[in-house]
Amino acid sequence: MTYSFVRQDMVDARGAPVNTSGPIAWARRSLFATPSDALLTILAIVFLIWAIPPIYGFIAPTGIGGNAVAPGGTVEDCRVENAGACWAYISARMSFFIYGFYPPAEYWRPNIVFALGALLLFPLLTPKAPFKRTNAVLFFVVYPVICFYLLNGGVFGMRPVPTEQWGGLMVTLIISLVGIICSIPLGILLALGRQSSLPIIKTLCVMFIELWRAVPLITVLFMASVMLPLFMPQGTTVDKLLRALVGVTLFSSAYLAETVRGGLQALPRGQYEAASSLGLSYWKSMGFIILPQALKHVIPGIVNSFIALFKDTSLVSIVGIFDLLNTVQAASSDIEWSSPTQAITGYLFAGFVFWIFCFAMSRYSIYMERRLDTGHKR
Amino acid sequence: MQKTLVTFAVAASLGLGATAAQAATLDDVKAKDYVQCGVTGGVPGFSAPDANNVWSGLEVDFCRAVAAAIFDDAEKVRYTPLTSQERFAALSAGEIDILSRTTTWTMSRDTDLGITFAGVMYYDGQGFMVREADGIASAMDLSGAAICIESGTTTELNAADYFETNSLEYSPVVFTDQDEVVKAFEDGRCDVYTTDASALAAERSKFANPDEYIILPEIISKEPLGPSVRQGDDQWFYIARWTYYALLEAEELGVTQANVDEMLGSDNPAIKRLLGVEGEFGTPIGLTNDWAYRIIKHVGNYGESFDRHIGPNTEIGLERGLNALWSDGGIQYAMPIR
Repeated sequence: MTYSFVRQDMVDARGAPVNTSGPIAWARRSLFATPSDALLTILAIVFLIWAIPPIYGFIAPTGIGGNAVAPGGTVEDCRVENAGACWAYISARMSFFIYGFYPPAEYWRPNIVFALGALLLFPLLTPKAPFKRTNAVLFFVVYPVICFYLLNGGVFGMRPVPTEQWGGLMVTLIISLVGIICSIPLGILLALGRQSSLPIIKTLCVMFIELWRAVPLITVLFMASVMLPLFMPQGTTVDKLLRALVGVTLFSSAYLAETVRGGLQALPRGQYEAASSLGLSYWKSMGFIILPQALKHVIPGIVNSFIALFKDTSLVSIVGIFDLLNTVQAASSDIEWSSPTQAITGYLFAGFVFWIFCFAMSRYSIYMERRLDTGHKR
Repeated sequence: MQKTLVTFAVAASLGLGATAAQAATLDDVKAKDYVQCGVTGGVPGFSAPDANNVWSGLEVDFCRAVAAAIFDDAEKVRYTPLTSQERFAALSAGEIDILSRTTTWTMSRDTDLGITFAGVMYYDGQGFMVREADGIASAMDLSGAAICIESGTTTELNAADYFETNSLEYSPVVFTDQDEVVKAFEDGRCDVYTTDASALAAERSKFANPDEYIILPEIISKEPLGPSVRQGDDQWFYIARWTYYALLEAEELGVTQANVDEMLGSDNPAIKRLLGVEGEFGTPIGLTNDWAYRIIKHVGNYGESFDRHIGPNTEIGLERGLNALWSDGGIQYAMPIR
């Protein structure tokens, strides 16, 4: 039985009211919710309209509405009034920015080092990849040895390349990787030492940490490169790059130690007691119970010091080591590419490369935090 | 205790330094098979990485000349880029064998720092750059000009002295950074830009229209830039000094990289002595008698090196000026080889 006054089919769903969903609602809610919000939004838009076109004009090549000279251009293109960035100069000197003074015939050696590093690092950073233990041994023990012999040469008929000829991004990565890898164990040991109940170890660790944290990195590098040679017998020279590596590592391990100590102190006393009650030795309780929790808590802090370390590597340029920034600076006096925007373009490029690496590190740390999160988040 | 230890370390290092300084640098250099040369971090024309990422420049050529004289191979040089703070320590500590890093020869450096200057590769001095359109021909026309200067430098003091002694009025426009000074000058905030003449030329090449600017002929300060070696090793010092003289002598005698082999058959006794055809001039300084031949063969004479790196046909475009040979009205003068 059907009643004519009863609907047989469903009424079509109507869209939500315009002012509760869709772009207009979003704009109202997020951009113009209150008069002061609206004012800020308008100010921000005005600022963007004012700032973006000149920046775009400076960095975009001529083909797509900017003033910059695309790779492949000549120096004459860059030497004009109101020139934009001279990307042609960056691409022409790219090999210098990556390899420094490394002999061009031997570029395959750093290339292998880069490729091998990427090949070992990515599976190590990917939680699902198998063979973690082998991979870690390969990366932390075998890889550095291979790198050293490949880059330095002098074995298997490879031409020796002294470290003065190393440079560019290669040196920046070497310093930061060595600094990061060596300072983790050192930093953890120092943090544990500082918490130790053995008075001598504790005092030594406290002294070490406080000494290195109290001295600016520039001073450390200056001491290593200017003062150290004066104290050593003539003729025995320690490699300049090695001196900087040691300085950077010790410096960052002191900072890392304090970060890790924060993690150790954040753990409730009960965790230590639980570990003891299980009859675990000091090292076992640290390795199985305390450190895994403590380190997880301080991932943001650790990554923070890695990012700081990565950027601090540019300080080695003041002791005459050609890291990325220093190669950019040296090339900016290259007379064959001299043009009004030569230096600015170089710095833009260097900044961009640093940003890529730091941003990648930061994203990876966020990913790791989420993955290791076991409900402690507040 | 700590203090005595440090004192002991200093004394020990100084003691060792003294004995090692008497040891022959030449023997060490021969043993390691290269000359270690301290250079700048990049000053165009003097020492800077070129398009092939190889160090080149007038001062780099000096190190190459020394290597050529010793090894008959100008490539046996390794370069250590040094900051101006570390340069003297690096030389006296034996990290480098020659310092060739736009270093001004002054009395205190020559006598007090444990180093000795071997010669002057470039007589530099402070100069002025103006816009060509302003029609200024001499620094004497600069009365009332606004001058862009980098603050806290000898440049600033030299300019003040110069304008005072010549009783000219000027208004300084002072900046803390070299790049800012150049930018201000280019933007027209001042009429004159002053710094060392070689730097003026290098900065000019960065302008969008370098031809619109001229460098005035007046040089108002003395900045003789030369290579130096450690004190106390006379043999090494003689090698450096006479390498410098050989570069000049070759230019004076017209011996070039291209014609040096021909010149071996020359009748001119001075050329014969220079190239080692006659006489025993190399052995007393521990080299072979064809030491100067090797220099010219691999590096060329001083004039060739000058033209190659900073001369009028390069982007830097410096005139010889004071750096011409004495016979051409300059002050580059080599002691005779005989």
